[in-house]
Amino acid sequence: MMLPNGWEMVVGLEVHTELKTKTKLFCGCANEFGSAPNSQVCPICLGLPGSMPVLNERAVELAMAIGFALNCTIQDSTFHRKNYFYPDMPKDYQVSQYDLPINARGYLDLPDGSRVSIERAHMEEDTGKTTHLGTSGRIHGADRSLVDYNRSGVPLVEIVSGPDIRNPQQARDYVAELRSILVAIGASDGRMEEGSLRVDANVSVHKPDTPFGTRCEIKNLNSLRSLTRAIEYEALRQIDVLEDGGSIRQETRHWDEDRGETSTLRVKEEAEDYRYFREPDLVDLAPDQAWKDRVLAGLPKLPAQRRRDLEALLTNPTDAQRDGVTTVVDLDLDLYVEGVAQAHGDVALAVARAANELAAANEKLANLSVANFVTTVAMEQSGQLSATQAKTVLGELLEKGGDPASVAKAKGFEQLSTDSLSATVGELITANPDEWQRFKDGDDKLAQFFIGLVMKATKGQANGKAVIAELQSRR
Amino acid sequence: MKSALEIAAAVRGGQSALVAVEESLTAIRARNEELNVFLYVDEDGARAAAARIDEQVRRGEDPGLLAGVPIALKDNLCTTGIPTTCSSKILEGWKPPYNATVVDRLVAQGAISMGKTNLDEFAMGSSTENSAFGPTRNPLDPARVPGGSSGGSAAAVASNMTPVSLGSDTGGSIRQPAALCGLVGVKPTYGLVSRYGLIAFASSLDQIGPFAQSVSDAALLLEVIAGHDPLDSTSLPEPTPSLLAHVADGVAGKRIGLVRELVDGADEDVVRAVNKAVETLKDAGATIVELSIPELHLGLSAYYLIAPAEASSNLARFDGVRFGNRVDGEDVTAMMEATRTAGFGAEVKRRIMLGTYALSAGYFDAYYGQALKVRTRMIEAFATAYQQVDMIIGATTPSVAFEFGSKTNDPMAMYLNDVFTIPTNLAGEAAISVPFGTGEANLPIGVQLLGPGRSEARLFAAARVLEIADGRA
Amino acid sequence: MTEPLSRDDVAHVAKLARLRLTEDELVRYTEQLGKILVHAQDLSSLDLHGVAPTAHPFGLVNVVRPDEVRASLDPAPVLAQAPDVEDGRFAVPRIVGEAP
Ligand SMILES: [Mg+2]
Ligand SMILES: [Zn+2]
Repeated sequence: MMLPNGWEMVVGLEVHTELKTKTKLFCGCANEFGSAPNSQVCPICLGLPGSMPVLNERAVELAMAIGFALNCTIQDSTFHRKNYFYPDMPKDYQVSQYDLPINARGYLDLPDGSRVSIERAHMEEDTGKTTHLGTSGRIHGADRSLVDYNRSGVPLVEIVSGPDIRNPQQARDYVAELRSILVAIGASDGRMEEGSLRVDANVSVHKPDTPFGTRCEIKNLNSLRSLTRAIEYEALRQIDVLEDGGSIRQETRHWDEDRGETSTLRVKEEAEDYRYFREPDLVDLAPDQAWKDRVLAGLPKLPAQRRRDLEALLTNPTDAQRDGVTTVVDLDLDLYVEGVAQAHGDVALAVARAANELAAANEKLANLSVANFVTTVAMEQSGQLSATQAKTVLGELLEKGGDPASVAKAKGFEQLSTDSLSATVGELITANPDEWQRFKDGDDKLAQFFIGLVMKATKGQANGKAVIAELQSRR
Repeated sequence: MKSALEIAAAVRGGQSALVAVEESLTAIRARNEELNVFLYVDEDGARAAAARIDEQVRRGEDPGLLAGVPIALKDNLCTTGIPTTCSSKILEGWKPPYNATVVDRLVAQGAISMGKTNLDEFAMGSSTENSAFGPTRNPLDPARVPGGSSGGSAAAVASNMTPVSLGSDTGGSIRQPAALCGLVGVKPTYGLVSRYGLIAFASSLDQIGPFAQSVSDAALLLEVIAGHDPLDSTSLPEPTPSLLAHVADGVAGKRIGLVRELVDGADEDVVRAVNKAVETLKDAGATIVELSIPELHLGLSAYYLIAPAEASSNLARFDGVRFGNRVDGEDVTAMMEATRTAGFGAEVKRRIMLGTYALSAGYFDAYYGQALKVRTRMIEAFATAYQQVDMIIGATTPSVAFEFGSKTNDPMAMYLNDVFTIPTNLAGEAAISVPFGTGEANLPIGVQLLGPGRSEARLFAAARVLEIADGRA
Repeated sequence: MTEPLSRDDVAHVAKLARLRLTEDELVRYTEQLGKILVHAQDLSSLDLHGVAPTAHPFGLVNVVRPDEVRASLDPAPVLAQAPDVEDGRFAVPRIVGEAP
């Protein structure tokens, strides 16, 4: 998007991701979403007097893995207490990393070639979940609130980008890329709608070659769509204020998805006084080289590399094919495409089928082996199955399993015999003499017209290539 | 009352554990109303535990090193289903759903908890006058304080209600009451005893430790509660040291530093006792080295920034949401304010505010940050001293037990009571207070022995020499 | 020596710490905290540049536990200890203002 009158937006993102551990950050309670309220609590995550935290080894390793994936320096780190009273925070302080985060100074390269710097990616604990009772369901106007501490103490990594993002699309690309990395390395399930990935955006506007403007922080961005809409709205709002001679005050704003606007949540009148100090109940983290090497060795191939590797299997990939590859990687379908490549099949066709048919039934992939996918693609490629038939076969395989040949047979997807196809084409030429004449006169577009009619007449059983061959032979 | 060692030996030999329990209950009934030692007496629980131990012995099993030994627990140690108050109104009626690690360890070795003892609210104080449930009186002179903050646990042993007890020591809260009540009291090396289930006052300083009538009982009790605990991240990983076996090692060939700063400013009778203790150790074969560690003078100031700072954060969770008492308010902030204002006593509020101030923006570097650097200096100074000597001797307190109310109006005067004990907590090292002689009004005096981390065995051996010379064993 | 802290400082700190003070308490605490801080000023005069702060007495590092589930508490008795409960959750009065 272009901003009016030469304004430029400056965006930095803070992404909180819940880590996919079995247990919480400092206690052995299960880290699971959706259990009965307060059924996953213990003295530690309830902040009962006398309880003490002990750090989850797996959480540390996932945090380090995030650091490696984001090209950060993994450094010796400490934990601090961030003191503030709030009922969803059982100890009334949050244990977080402050001046010495585990990961510092990295970057993330986006598919469009731009690079966003990462300032830090640190560990901290999540809060409990508050339900507001009252008319609005939101905090304002509620008479009473209820707290469930199941989420309290769930491990988080907060990833803070530099103020390097210049438009909503780039912000979207950044979060999408980050999300696929987090999923790929097993750090997160990446579910924004369940809150396991949460984004806050710091937005300001300025004219190029002038200092950055005052920023506002937007909370509650729980989808990529909200993210881009909110950033765009907020930048335009700030420009309106500034062009009317006003000034921006530093504040936290709430994104209202239904109204499509941001509104003031909290004005930062004075700097918050969190009284940070070293958490005396935890010791420092100083991972040795062997530990770091072990984590690095366990790191899978990252999405960017996987995309590059798949694209290398295509000759001169189109934009649509690149998008298909992105989907394949995001949904972890690489093996299907690679299987087709290994069998020297049509990779572009494989990408198309994987990015569409397989993507649509992602949760049923267990029913479809790579070999059966390779066979189905080969059947389509050879003309044994039409595109429509191949899609139907894949759908059936995903739904119920089985092998492609039997499914095709059971569906009655026998190839039309050449005689039968020839007869059908002859009938259709007779029925449409004008179109046939134009085709004969050299209007190739009319081939599609006849293919359509043949498909209709044969209920999709004909093979497009065979129809064209038949038409050409009669031309 | 018999010693813990004697009781355990008798019970393991077949005597009913109920004998000691009933003896303990009788002593509690006799003086608890007068002295206000126990906030909660677990009569039924104690009898049931005794019956279980008897049953174990009958089956030929060994109930453990503390078989049938009645013990009193400071009421800042969590006990499953048993009220745990920290002597604060804010926790009145709260029953923890879990045991402190030390409590589990005691039970595993056959000890029998008689109940929970009074303390200065949240362990903040040096006289047990700051309890929301009234002060504890010194069994040796009920007009005087027992010391604090573990005053109840000291008084329980001094009045023979139990042979041993547990306290916690953040700036002297075991050693000072031990001195004032004529007992052996130990502040173990930081990390030697698990803090899991100890309601925190100042996490980087707190340690749980024993009170006993004798050095041997104290060594036995510490051996039971010490050792690595995976639930406490600051717990030392090394195996539990052998302590009881070294009590009779003596001090021959040991170099002992008499540190001027740990005697300066003490009453004359206290100075006399320390000097006599020094002579005694010399006679037993130790070499005495006179030392000065000027950094010790900075301890009090550093302590009164670090401890309140940590406390201000540790005590934030008492907000009326999940446990304890609540005073209602029209919104959640008002409710938390009303709850905390009504629930905390004056000393607790004073320290919370002091700590909040020391941590707040603009003052952090000048106060808290500076105090942490002083702490580094203190550790280095001790380390230098321990290159020259094996242990250090000094006074535990500047005076014998003082009278009620004599220091309550001036917080600074009260804080000065801990001037000799605080440096050990800041350095995370070990120290023992052992009774040695008497002073004003025939009240006991405590001599303090200090050593580097994990030097407890050495300190017990020296304490034992003084105990014998003092005619206590 | 200048007053180390003012009445307003004490009022601010009390607010941060969620404590309400009466007028009398405000005066008394200002005086008492002032006294303690004056005593603490013997630290501020020290030159401790280059001295590392000690947050922990011993330098333990990397204390971690395996990522293994341990039993949580039975919610019923835990909720029974709470001042106010509704629908299996801890109930609090109206919340004013959002979390940071
Ligand atoms: Mg954060
Ligand atoms: Zn838990």
